[in-house]
Amino acid sequence: MSERVAVRKTYKLFIGGKFPRSESGRSYLVEQSNVALASRKDARDAVVAARAAVKGWSGATAYNRGQILYRIAEMLEGRRGQFVALGVPADEVDAAIDRWVWYAGWSDKLAQVYGGANPVAGPYFNLSAPEPTGVVAVVAPADSALLGLVSVIAPAIVSGNTVVVLAAEERPLAAITLAEVLATSDLPGGVVNLLTGRAAETAPWLASHADVNALDLTGVTDPALAKSLEEAAAGTLKRVLRPPAGPVDWTADPGTGRMTALLETKTVWHPKGV
Amino acid sequence: MTATTTSDRSDLSELGRSEATLRAFLHGLPGVDQVGAEQRAAQLGTRSIKTTAKAWAIDLAIRMVDLTTLEGADTPGKVRALSAKALRPDPADPSCPHVGAVCVYPSMVPYAAEVLRGSKVHLASVATAFPSGQAPLAVKTADTRAAVAAGADEIDMVINRGAFLSGRYKAVYDEIVEVKAACGDAHLKVILETGELATYDNVRRASWLAMLAGGDFIKTSTGKVPVAATPPVTLVMLEAVRDFRTATGRQVGVKPAGGIRTTKDAIKYLVMVNETVGADWLDPDWFRFGASTLLNDLLMQRTKLKTGTYSGPDYFTLD
Amino acid sequence: MFEYAPAPESRSVVEIRSSYGLFINGEFVDPGDGGTFKSINPASEEVLAEIAEAGPADVDRAVRAARAAYEQVWGPMPGRDRAKYLYRIARIIQERSRELAVLESLDNGKPIKESRDVDLPLVAAHFFYYAGWADKLPYAGFGADPRPLGVAAQVIPWNFPLLMLAWKIAPALAAGNTVVLKPAETTPLTALLFAEICQQADLPPGVVNIVTGAGDTGRALVEHDGVDKVAFTGSTEVGRAIARSVAGTRKKLTLELGGKAANIVFDDAPVDQAVEGIVNGIFFNQGHVCCAGSRLLIQESVYEPVLESLKRRMARLRVGDPLDKNTDIGAINSAAQLDRIRELSDIGSAEGAERWSPECTLPERGFWFAPTIFTGVTQAHRIAREEIFGPVLSVLTFRTPAEAVEKANNTPYGLSAGIWTEKGSRILWMADRLRAGVVWANTFNKFDPTSPFGGYKESGYGREGGRHGLEAYLNV
Repeated sequence: MSERVAVRKTYKLFIGGKFPRSESGRSYLVEQSNVALASRKDARDAVVAARAAVKGWSGATAYNRGQILYRIAEMLEGRRGQFVALGVPADEVDAAIDRWVWYAGWSDKLAQVYGGANPVAGPYFNLSAPEPTGVVAVVAPADSALLGLVSVIAPAIVSGNTVVVLAAEERPLAAITLAEVLATSDLPGGVVNLLTGRAAETAPWLASHADVNALDLTGVTDPALAKSLEEAAAGTLKRVLRPPAGPVDWTADPGTGRMTALLETKTVWHPKGV
Repeated sequence: MTATTTSDRSDLSELGRSEATLRAFLHGLPGVDQVGAEQRAAQLGTRSIKTTAKAWAIDLAIRMVDLTTLEGADTPGKVRALSAKALRPDPADPSCPHVGAVCVYPSMVPYAAEVLRGSKVHLASVATAFPSGQAPLAVKTADTRAAVAAGADEIDMVINRGAFLSGRYKAVYDEIVEVKAACGDAHLKVILETGELATYDNVRRASWLAMLAGGDFIKTSTGKVPVAATPPVTLVMLEAVRDFRTATGRQVGVKPAGGIRTTKDAIKYLVMVNETVGADWLDPDWFRFGASTLLNDLLMQRTKLKTGTYSGPDYFTLD
Repeated sequence: MFEYAPAPESRSVVEIRSSYGLFINGEFVDPGDGGTFKSINPASEEVLAEIAEAGPADVDRAVRAARAAYEQVWGPMPGRDRAKYLYRIARIIQERSRELAVLESLDNGKPIKESRDVDLPLVAAHFFYYAGWADKLPYAGFGADPRPLGVAAQVIPWNFPLLMLAWKIAPALAAGNTVVLKPAETTPLTALLFAEICQQADLPPGVVNIVTGAGDTGRALVEHDGVDKVAFTGSTEVGRAIARSVAGTRKKLTLELGGKAANIVFDDAPVDQAVEGIVNGIFFNQGHVCCAGSRLLIQESVYEPVLESLKRRMARLRVGDPLDKNTDIGAINSAAQLDRIRELSDIGSAEGAERWSPECTLPERGFWFAPTIFTGVTQAHRIAREEIFGPVLSVLTFRTPAEAVEKANNTPYGLSAGIWTEKGSRILWMADRLRAGVVWANTFNKFDPTSPFGGYKESGYGREGGRHGLEAYLNV
């Protein structure tokens, strides 16, 4: 009996719910796998997909979004072994699953915690409520291939944003495998778009893209690149989450800062009268 | 004072034909946002009217006063005195204008008529079972005819608020039409009793209903319920007469009544007239104040402007 | 005709000095490396005072003073004591409000009825509101022990000089920061009077520093290494430059920038109130309002009557002496701004929109622009896209709610929007879809210290006012 010949996986991009190769036809080698090397045009396509998904995702009920995030946790739980096989420590996989569960519960609580009635000095109903900012471009952290990735995606999408994520250049396999989880979790196509390749190549296109509303630079470790991306983002006054000042403990309580950084506050006034 | 002519004027005379057409029309009028209307009225109240403008406004306000007594205790003597004051509000100053009208109960009309006959001061009588309006239509029209026969040239009627609030617009309409017919040549002022109408939407609808039915004036209040004329109510009514003239070409007057006691208040109303409907209504033929104590305050302020010193109540007649 | 006699507010209530220094570390000082400039009354072009212009060394001195005050006095001070200083300031503002209102109208050109009835009451209310937060920060929802950021650099515009100062200084101080504030070069006087109020309140030196000057001074301030926080209100263009300049630093940034708000009138609107809202939306403060309702969207079925009502109402607007209590529209703040308004209006005409203004006589001296509307405007016109920041309204039409939303959102800005309809469910449907930080339904241009204010998209980020406004000055 000869040993069975394994079927290898092709690691492709994740755009609009589909898994295309890079339009550039390029790939790069990571742990004996050829991984798609995203180009600026892939980034452009990903933004188009993300924008198209905004209306439906932000318009879905918070309950529905919460259910879908919880479904992601369920799917991830079922594929636990795949991530362990890719070298992700088991406790990191567990933490990533739990993180989806934690964020799932936030979907229908954010507006209660971060919005509310304002007691204005006049006969007006006045209510502030958080809303998603729109399309968020994210440079995922490299120091935690799965938990770090989940920890930047989940807070962005739980409130109704859609994302274009640049996976860590050297550790894309867990990211693409996560995309496969997302693709089977009832998450509408385009809510999460995942590009593998070189952030230094694609991030500037996203930072300057006029149809991107916010930029999360968590995974940018080169201060010069971070600065130039922030400068580019200023062109259309994107909201910018700067890289962390020091090492991040991804297992710690994430707090709400990542969610609120990607929210707008809308305040509605109406007179009270008969 | 002449009404503007517009080519696309609507014929609204058919609206009174049925409850359904009246209701559809009145409920199709633009709504009134309470907060916005009250804010606009308050803003107009912040105008600062000084010196020559104030003097002009005071004389106009005096000419617009419907000097009123509507008490159970009214007597011929009281009414004669009031009428004399209407003719010569400030006996010490012949340049002081006379008021617009004297307003009394029907039984008092003959006594006022004695004094006012031959003058330009109008004689108004409340009628139609004032102030409640709760009497059979035949009584109301008889009341009206009696007042006109006794010498009244203006009739202040009250609408049937009960019918209005229960949505029986046609009943209210028909009653106004009947009373208008009973008025003959006398002008008809229709009292909406806005203090009982509860909303500005209702004030606007009642204003249009009264105008559609033929009222020559719309008037806020009887003065007999807790809430009388207010600036926002008057604002809504002014907007109604403005829009009615645009729609039909017919100009209707406005009379806030009750609660207007000071010169400051009166000038606020004149500012509101000026900035809402314009100069066409700044005339006693088109705007009146239903008031009694207001006149003396106007006279005191008038004297202050003339002499430069503050006057006191002892220098003006009590009537 | 009812002609209103002149009703001027007395100027004598305010004493303007012939020259003003910089307010650094609790004292007025001469500039070390800057020059001077003049602040004029835009209604008469009369010079009001000579103002110090802070150079980089002056800015540095101010930032150091703020740093020292932060580390030694204001940072360590218990919140309850910071609160008392802020309450004290609020009270002094109330007591001296007439003086401040007259000075504001003189320096800015806005009508006294607005500075008296809108600006000053809101200024006092803002200090009063944030005073109460100073000792309650753990309850604000930003963690058990939220910390201040340090030194805040604040650059404010000329349209609401003292109110914008209040929006910046009150939350900053309540949260425990110290500030260096630069007022606009055309309207520095009320900020300098505020400096005197700080002295009167015995506010510790260095907690509030006021450096006067123009763009260079502002740039030196926001680019200074010693500041931890930058807050700017002004044009989107300058906001972009500031966002670029803080890139790569740890400075926290909030921006409140331009707007091109849609004011949407449906056929079931309360028309008279809607017309007031339209007028208030665009002619309040001469249209020098970032959240002005500068694009009027009228449903086609009521286009003509609404437009007629609007014109009739506009004919009642009184343009003239800002200090006359009956003036509705005052002077344009500066010659430069007047040029910009004229230029864009001329472009509107050149692009084929129809221009209309009521008859009004403008004063000979000073900077004036008659209230103006353009009809026949489409989304393609520059006057429908660019912020004019003047009393100029572009009128467009729409047919359906979805079209109204689409047109309203079709702009890089997202500061405010207005909806006029008597149908409640439509209001909420529209409000959900409008990409704007403030949505006024059946009202417009309402402000309150408890109500967060700020924009989406290129109208900036961060919120001012309310609990949300604290976040900008806390390390969260």
